[in-house]
Amino acid sequence: MSEAWAAVLVVGAGTAAIKAVGPVGVAGRRLPRRIEELLEMLAPAILAALVVTETFGKGRSLVLDARLAGVAAGIAAIALRAPIWVVVLVGGAATALARLLS
Amino acid sequence: MRKGMRVAAPLLPAAFALGVSFGVLARTAHMSSVAAVVMSATTFAGSSQIATVSALGGGGSVAAAVVAALLLNARYAPIGISIAKSFRGSLLGRALQSQLIVDESWALAGGGTPRFDRRMLLGVGAGLWVAWVGGTAAGALLGKVVGDTSAFGFDGAFAALFAALLVAQLRDRRRIAAAAAGAAIALVLVPVAPAGVPIIASTAAVLVGWRRR
Repeated sequence: MSEAWAAVLVVGAGTAAIKAVGPVGVAGRRLPRRIEELLEMLAPAILAALVVTETFGKGRSLVLDARLAGVAAGIAAIALRAPIWVVVLVGGAATALARLLS
Repeated sequence: MRKGMRVAAPLLPAAFALGVSFGVLARTAHMSSVAAVVMSATTFAGSSQIATVSALGGGGSVAAAVVAALLLNARYAPIGISIAKSFRGSLLGRALQSQLIVDESWALAGGGTPRFDRRMLLGVGAGLWVAWVGGTAAGALLGKVVGDTSAFGFDGAFAALFAALLVAQLRDRRRIAAAAAGAAIALVLVPVAPAGVPIIASTAAVLVGWRRR
């Protein structure tokens, strides 16, 4: 078996298990009220971290590159109440343009 | 589920395009087309797949690639727990449904709030899965023709998508505080921790919502 296949199988099995932890392990059960309140804050916390890593992260460093133009243009589109597909399109186009010009 | 697919529809071209770039990258890292498609179908988590093939392509060990990928996917444990109570049915059914959890399907279906809609998650997830696997197949087969996909700006498109999903979450001061804390944690940790760790650590930001009573 090649190294690539070994990685595919182990990452696939590991990710499937991670995704299943909640829906298989604690399905249908109500968690304590306070834990539920905290979990409601999970989406803003994780999405904010993803914005940071996807915009500025490059390996183990923070960089300013064409992606920042994409996010800035995307945020401008959000402010103009554009639908989400327009935000994605504008973000990609601005990133590509900035990359072309830099 | 149909409603979820409708919500996902506008995102499918971007997911397909990112799938193409993963397929191309996998081929340049000497992963076979079949392995690339199998990985997209089973792992179904873009950043971790790109990390895997980047590590292998750069001459890294399988163990290093696996650790990098699973760290990036560790966030799906708390994410899955945040929506676990809406999953019902057989163990196998729940395990299969949980595979459609990705950041986008989770966020668009309401995240870990009482408004969370499991059918929406499944619809969005299924739509994205088809686009992602199809894009991977196209990229893996046409790799040499497509060439370097970084010029297209898909990375910036997904950063903008996460920004849009985030803004939709910022409904009150507690959520804004949690987002600010999550972003700060990520900013501090990116330079010092392996990829994935900053995101899983950002989950600690939920504690800003802790109310004494």
